[in-house]
Amino acid sequence: MSLNGPQVETLKAPLGEDSFIRGVKDCVPTLLGYLSIGFASGVVEYAAGMSIPEIALMCLLLYAGSAQFIAAGMLASGSSIFSIIFTIFFVNLRHLLLSAALSPYFRHLTPLKNMLIGSLLTDETFGVAMNESANKSRLSDKWMHGLNLTAYLNWFAANIAGALLGQWISNPEQWGLDFALPAMFIGLLVLAILNRNKLVTDIIVAICSVLIAIGVSTFTSPSIAVIAATIVASTVGMVIEKWT
Amino acid sequence: MDIRWNVFLVILGAAFVTFIPRVLPLMVLSRTKLPEWGMRWLHYVPIAVMAALIGQELLVHDGKASSITQYIELIAALPTFWVAIKTRSLLLTVIVGILSVMVLRFIF
Repeated sequence: MSLNGPQVETLKAPLGEDSFIRGVKDCVPTLLGYLSIGFASGVVEYAAGMSIPEIALMCLLLYAGSAQFIAAGMLASGSSIFSIIFTIFFVNLRHLLLSAALSPYFRHLTPLKNMLIGSLLTDETFGVAMNESANKSRLSDKWMHGLNLTAYLNWFAANIAGALLGQWISNPEQWGLDFALPAMFIGLLVLAILNRNKLVTDIIVAICSVLIAIGVSTFTSPSIAVIAATIVASTVGMVIEKWT
Repeated sequence: MDIRWNVFLVILGAAFVTFIPRVLPLMVLSRTKLPEWGMRWLHYVPIAVMAALIGQELLVHDGKASSITQYIELIAALPTFWVAIKTRSLLLTVIVGILSVMVLRFIF
């Protein structure tokens, strides 16, 4: 990582607390999830007829689990370039909300540094960062880069491993690997709720969100349902907090 | 073993439409001060988005409800939640989740 441009010297928390290495360490619990989903992703992409260089390029540039599964599937079924890009746009639009929720903790950084942080944002790194933000007013960029880069490299390695070994694995679901993703989301949700003292409101928000996500996905795409559920349920939480 | 032209365009286009929503709020909102209610609203986004993703993973399958495999994931979610609450460990939660599904699929 190069550090050019004007260096803004900011007041820092005690050193070591916010280091790159600690970011790497805080990513470790999510690695098993990344490995299993990335591996499955590599298997699926290879089975869809993508070459190793194509898979590598997709991991490095797109870097988004569900979108890569969708791209592989739609390429295999011969969808148009435009329809694939359009679908992925909607699938990944929720990052808008994640990025917005993280923004108050990176107010001390330049726009360029914020761009670097945002470019590697995923559901998982977001979850870890929000848990880290409990009782803090800002997050360290070094810590965040450690977290992001570890996740990024693991995703890449797991996809390539999946693509290389995919031909010998007929059924990854047999080993329960597809459940790594929901399990990680469960862990991140529980940690997020336990790390702050708004138990009742948080549980109401979570239940609202689940109900809306399921209800809306019966008549539109799942990714739009996630966005709708997030917007409405967060508003419910905000209103409850104001009136109690 | 090389990169096809149409695949290259898909990757480039998809990467671009993913990059913008990822970076734009961080770049713009960190420069401006949000109103009090806006901050409060953003505090509920992590809970809401994770809950929505879990709900879809466990309960929505291709827009359709009901099949035996679906109940396996729903049942496996119980020990997974329990371990998450008891241990507060992301790693243990993922391991127990995967093992639960593996055992349940082996049985049924």
